[in-house]
Amino acid sequence: MASLRDIKGRIDSTKKTKQITKAMEMVSASKLNRAEQNARSFVPYSEKIQEVVASISAGGGNPDHPMLKSRDVKRTGYLVITSDRGLAGAYNSSVLRSVYQTIKQRHNSTDEYTLITIGRIGRDFFRKRNMPINNEIIGLADQPNFADIKDIAADSVQLYTDEVIDELYIYYNHYVSAITQEVTEKKLLPLTNLEEEASKGSSSYEYEPSQEEILEVLLPQYAESLIYGALLDGKASEHAARMTAMKSATDNADDLIGDLSLKYNRARQAAITQEITEIVGGAAALE
Amino acid sequence: MKAWTAPVRLAQGGVIMKTLTVSVVTPDGPVLEDAFEMVSCKAESGELGVLPGHIPMVAPLTISAVRLKRKGNSERIAVSGGFLEVRPEKVTILAQSAEKPSEIDIERARKAKERAERRLQAKQEDVDFKRAEMALKRAINRLDVYENK
Repeated sequence: MASLRDIKGRIDSTKKTKQITKAMEMVSASKLNRAEQNARSFVPYSEKIQEVVASISAGGGNPDHPMLKSRDVKRTGYLVITSDRGLAGAYNSSVLRSVYQTIKQRHNSTDEYTLITIGRIGRDFFRKRNMPINNEIIGLADQPNFADIKDIAADSVQLYTDEVIDELYIYYNHYVSAITQEVTEKKLLPLTNLEEEASKGSSSYEYEPSQEEILEVLLPQYAESLIYGALLDGKASEHAARMTAMKSATDNADDLIGDLSLKYNRARQAAITQEITEIVGGAAALE
Repeated sequence: MKAWTAPVRLAQGGVIMKTLTVSVVTPDGPVLEDAFEMVSCKAESGELGVLPGHIPMVAPLTISAVRLKRKGNSERIAVSGGFLEVRPEKVTILAQSAEKPSEIDIERARKAKERAERRLQAKQEDVDFKRAEMALKRAINRLDVYENK
């Protein structure tokens, strides 16, 4: 049986760990709040740009912008959103597993795909496996601005325009609720699902200068906004996942402390009983 | 399309101008939503003025100041990467960034301007000129809006 002092030491260290996880849980909870707010303030922009894009591509004419047309796929781009730090439960591993398995299934050689990673964990994961990373960004703030990712979003869209890649998928954790996040795969480019959304927008516009030229500017911006939306969604998921992970760590620490305290008290009692027996035994021997 | 209607004249002699709702939204959140009498801005194809009752229209904006006018005052907003969507009663400006003069970080704009100028002057091959030029335009636009508020 472990000595009293050993058990005491373990209880103390578990308590300290618990304090840390508890603090991290609270920090994540407040960051989650902010992230949710950010995601909400992005909604008006995304709804509006979607509406405009949909009604332009539906409203008359025959837009054959390259971003709207599927072409033969020679190389696929995968944009993967992960976090910079761990301790977020299955947040990173579930996204990475999903991407990794998809790539293994779809592609035979590394020439057929390229990766764009947001977040350190994802970058390290693919680098270790010698998979081609075209572009990366690490050290994003917890509450990113559009300006922070504008470059990488624009570059990714540019890859498609330059025909370096022929389609672009985005992988991230979709925020369902504070305890549920879903790995989501979205096909970003070419933009093929516009028609179904078009029925919502009704008005037809006058174009200044022309429909083609507007699509030329609008579609890249639209794609960039989708990437930003996914990032905000991913950030909210990250904080939620970290919060849940830290909450269960705190709960586990509580359980552990309970068990250890029980052990400690038993050991203490055993020691007392033994001492009494010894005294009684000693006294009996004197008689 | 709506026909132009003359301003309504009240018995007291005052004039009620028709207004349109202008909202400016960016990915980081709405910047402004209010009623104005006129929007004038610089589109890719030239200066553009929008009054209430305009037919639906979409136009990309250059990196420039959007001027919103109403009786008594007017506002200027620095936009970049923007779009103008016009409906008869409502104008929406979608921009990658949009700032009122009070929100502009003047120090940052000055530094961005210097940096961009240095880049453009340094005749090195690895400099992305287009990007530097855009950065310079954005910085100048911000400074301009800030100084002429």
